[in-house]
Amino acid sequence: MAYAKDLDEIRALIASHKRWDLVFATVGVIALMIGVLTFTALFVDMAIKGVPRLDWDFFTSFPSRRAGQAGILSAWVGSTLVMLTTAFFAVPLGVAAGLYLEEYAPKNWVTDIIEINITNLAGVPSIVYGLLALGLFVYQFGFGQSILSAGLTLALLILPVVIVATREAVRSIPQGIREGAYALGATQWQVCKDHIVPYSFPGILTGVIIGMARAIGETAPIITIGALTFIAFLPPAPLKAEPPFISFEWLTSPFTVMPIQMFNWTSRPEAAFLVNAAAAGFVLVLMTLAMNGLAIYIRFRLRKKIKW
Amino acid sequence: MSAVPGLACSSMSPLDAGARLKQRRARILRERAIESVLFLAALVSVFTTVGIVYVLVKESVVFFTQVSLWDFLTDTQWTPLFDDAHFGIMVLLSGTLTSSFVALSIAIPLGTIIAIYLSEFAPFSVREIAKPFLELLGGVPTIVYGYFALLFVTPLLQKIYPGLPGFNILAAGIVMGIMIIPYVSSISEDAMRAVPMSLREGSYAMGATRYQTATRVVVPAAFSGIASAYILGISRAVGETMILAVAAGMQPNLTFNPLEPAATITAFIVQVALGDLPHGSVGYQTIFAAGLTLMVLTLVFNIGGHVLRRRFREAY
Repeated sequence: MAYAKDLDEIRALIASHKRWDLVFATVGVIALMIGVLTFTALFVDMAIKGVPRLDWDFFTSFPSRRAGQAGILSAWVGSTLVMLTTAFFAVPLGVAAGLYLEEYAPKNWVTDIIEINITNLAGVPSIVYGLLALGLFVYQFGFGQSILSAGLTLALLILPVVIVATREAVRSIPQGIREGAYALGATQWQVCKDHIVPYSFPGILTGVIIGMARAIGETAPIITIGALTFIAFLPPAPLKAEPPFISFEWLTSPFTVMPIQMFNWTSRPEAAFLVNAAAAGFVLVLMTLAMNGLAIYIRFRLRKKIKW
Repeated sequence: MSAVPGLACSSMSPLDAGARLKQRRARILRERAIESVLFLAALVSVFTTVGIVYVLVKESVVFFTQVSLWDFLTDTQWTPLFDDAHFGIMVLLSGTLTSSFVALSIAIPLGTIIAIYLSEFAPFSVREIAKPFLELLGGVPTIVYGYFALLFVTPLLQKIYPGLPGFNILAAGIVMGIMIIPYVSSISEDAMRAVPMSLREGSYAMGATRYQTATRVVVPAAFSGIASAYILGISRAVGETMILAVAAGMQPNLTFNPLEPAATITAFIVQVALGDLPHGSVGYQTIFAAGLTLMVLTLVFNIGGHVLRRRFREAY
């Protein structure tokens, strides 16, 4: 009898321990749900308030003192041009730096410093990049409060993202590919250019898209360099009718971007402007969601398709 | 393309040896040049750090010739743009620390629980859906979170606590915490998944349940990685700008009460940058002094985290 009693006690003990498994799994699901619910609330709230405001005029109008006529034309044009500038600087620099660190870098203290530095840069608050840009690009180099300054700032900001993505993509290429190319007499650069970069392209692309999605929503550093909030004109067009057809005047033009326009509307007391803010926010969220979704999709495809 | 001249070479007569040598030299030179260019690209990140330190220190030095460091650290008022100017960074620091505290008391427990759940409990399909979703949560622009904190969370909290002012640290901090969850959870989860399976198997073999294995074997073994996740979360919280600038108000206020409005270091920088301050004025320099304080603060946390990681590092 005593034996059976012990057995029961042990069974009860096991059951009570297993109950904790169930409790924790439930807590875990609840924690996840808090994230999911917040995101849903944010998205739905913005959609309800903002979507009725979205029409063709909203995208083709300049900001205005009257909320009903205001639009985001200068904001989305500004965002597009700033993103182009950012990509122009961040992608080549980031890919080159990632290639160097994975394929060329010797193991010495210089490489160590560069690596530690990249890790630390990822933790620097974005507003500090804004201060760097204000002191360096705007005043020291004399670029002014222009699209060029903003593009350079955001390029520096997303550089660690691009570098890390490039390194991971390059590292996942098997050594045999490199050895095969070297065996045929290719130089190091030929291996990089003809093999490493093409094979790591989807991975790099994912990193670039995630970086750009982050850059498009960044507000603080661009406010810090002193971008204006009320811009009722467009930067000079990049294409011209007369030769040389391409003009870079827009680089030095004052500008505004989507998040700044939204911030401006959010900080006004009138309810009508808050509706505009919701509409602009909805567009912004859709844009970042689309970019992140694309990155996730590419990664998913990549994982399925590539088998070395 | 450069493979072609090499091929052409081999078809030439031996008399062209000189030309071949020249070509090989040109090739080596080109390789060197390319390597240097790539090296310079990698150095850009170092230049960025040097640039940040240079700009912050340069402007702050000018600032501290006009305001003593003692006043900066001990004054209890922050009114840099008034005639009777006071520069007590404590006032802004209290806002930054209070909002970070609120955010982290949400992000760290929830982020850790989610990480443990995803790494040790969740079935494969749940993880496959949850991870990209969390990434999306971290990808939403902070200005959108600011809008959400001001116009959704604050009214919600006001229903529970009617005396809550329209601008307050609490709502901003809560939303900030939810924004930081993905950063904490994804890095912690990576650390936990890097724990060798044999440790788990050993634990199960001793009759431990999942929960016991997770909390007593996996978490301690992954602690150094989890610590880095926390440090990154703290850095994000301290440096977060737009949520606070929108939802916590821009009024300097020496308080540790999350129910009050208060400006943070970052919100102050935004406020000054929105105005039209002449380059070189004291007001212009204050934002660099504030930025330097922010950098020192994140540096202190990072060094603390580094020490913590060293202390708890487990090698397999």
